[in-house]
Amino acid sequence: MLNTITPPDNSKYLRLNLGPSHPATHGTLRIFVDLEGEIIRDMKLEIGYLHRCFEKMAETHTWNQVIPFTDRLNYVSAMMNNVGYVMAVEKLLDVKPTPRCQRIRLILCELSRIIDHLVCIGANAVDIGALTCFWYFFRERENVYDLFEALCGARLTTSATRVGGMYQDLPEGWVEWCQKVVDNIPRTLDDVEALLTQNRIWIDRTRGVGVISKEQALEYGFTGPCLRATGIPYDVRKAMPYYDYDKFSWNVITENGGDTYARYLVRMGEMRESLKIIQQALVDIPGGSVNIDDWSIVLPPKEEVYNSIEGLMAHFKLFMHGIRPPIGEVYACTEAANGELGFFISSDNQGRPYRVRVRPPCFAIYQAFPEMSIGQTVSDAVASLGSLNIVAGELDR
Amino acid sequence: MQETHIKLLANVLPHLPESIQSQILSVDEFRGETTLSIRKEGIREFISFLKNDPNFRFDVLMDLFAMDYMKYAVPQPERYAVVYYLVSLLQTRRIRIKVFLSEESPSVDSIYDIYKAANWFEREAWDLYGVNFIGHPNLIRLLCHSDFVGHPLRKDYPSDRYQRLKTAVPSEGM
Repeated sequence: MLNTITPPDNSKYLRLNLGPSHPATHGTLRIFVDLEGEIIRDMKLEIGYLHRCFEKMAETHTWNQVIPFTDRLNYVSAMMNNVGYVMAVEKLLDVKPTPRCQRIRLILCELSRIIDHLVCIGANAVDIGALTCFWYFFRERENVYDLFEALCGARLTTSATRVGGMYQDLPEGWVEWCQKVVDNIPRTLDDVEALLTQNRIWIDRTRGVGVISKEQALEYGFTGPCLRATGIPYDVRKAMPYYDYDKFSWNVITENGGDTYARYLVRMGEMRESLKIIQQALVDIPGGSVNIDDWSIVLPPKEEVYNSIEGLMAHFKLFMHGIRPPIGEVYACTEAANGELGFFISSDNQGRPYRVRVRPPCFAIYQAFPEMSIGQTVSDAVASLGSLNIVAGELDR
Repeated sequence: MQETHIKLLANVLPHLPESIQSQILSVDEFRGETTLSIRKEGIREFISFLKNDPNFRFDVLMDLFAMDYMKYAVPQPERYAVVYYLVSLLQTRRIRIKVFLSEESPSVDSIYDIYKAANWFEREAWDLYGVNFIGHPNLIRLLCHSDFVGHPLRKDYPSDRYQRLKTAVPSEGM
């Protein structure tokens, strides 16, 4: 671990190598720090250890085959990537998912946001030495994963959406079950808030640690909780509402510190807002189909495939040629757990994307990490790294 | 669907200063999004104008990436393009700016000092597409291994090619 090769320019610093496999990085991130005593004087980042060339792979698969790859971007909240990608394809096709589908996607997104924040805060607290919160949070996360499993059969890599709809409709009793899970979460949040928010040690370890100013956050292209922790109330769900986010009553949470503590508070607040949205959304889920009624985009029902020539043809054409969107380029963005998740898609009327570009929120955020850490101790850097919620799958793609 | 997306500029364009306006080659609208094609020489001036002009205030560089139009169905002016995606958070405005680059020398001026975010985005575009950003302080590979040969997202790079990499530790200079 300890690399005693001193940097050529300044021999009084000790170079320490963290990662790529390190318990505090929660993923394959490699960090070189130049230390003077315990103080970080210089920091270099190396990324790419989890690079799987998602963008190249997307070009060789059909439009729907890309969805499982999107699970592996931010694997902590895979649902949101599924939704973000199909939203871009639907924009390209100029189709609107059914009201029922939109509502289901919204509920799944908000549940994903909650579990993503739970993992972030839980793991951040573990890094700082508070193990209890992690167990409290992961109990709730498991409950949400049970919901996902009932819906699509997978817990982590969900692939639940399809272009023009969902993999399947909600199973029977899912709404009531979801209601129960959601009702339980505030108690856990209260427990953890009681453990952390006023905790002297927690405050000492997080306040003033990993500070970034408003201006710098904008320069680096911050979005999501990390931006809102600097006091800028930007949220894609408010700025460009999709899926009826504007019809529910909820608030954008902001804090002013720009430090690790502010980011913790923003995430805690956001989970409660997400719960508010889910509570309202569960009340009147629209009826009807989850898939749009266009067999050139979604698969026809099995009865039609076996019993009608049109159904069989549509099925055959979708599998052999895939969806054929018009020539054009679109960018669609959603508010993912880390910030603005954008998909830029270029199509030249083939069954495969010509180009898929992901705009991962933590790519922009991680770039600012050295600036936030230089002048602080290694243990502070670990605390602020946890609060940035860098997910290597999304960072490296 | 995000109808409020990138609607912009149709009525703003005539009010731009002459030096800025002359940089615009074409304006495209598709699905409510505006794409401007800009002269390669004027990209720095154009982007810093959009960032600093009080009427625009595009304060965030949301994305920067390259494109390879080698096999695209519709002929494009040049093979490569660099796409800049600017956002004004307060006015919720968005705009896409495209610069076409020739196949022989795909290079464009770096904007790393206009937006700090551009640093890694440009390194990534260099790594995956081989676009040279003139003036970039540290234009080395970001995602691929330093021994990697070629630029994997170019359309003429086969998706099933393997490369054996020998060096375990990345080279100096990162």
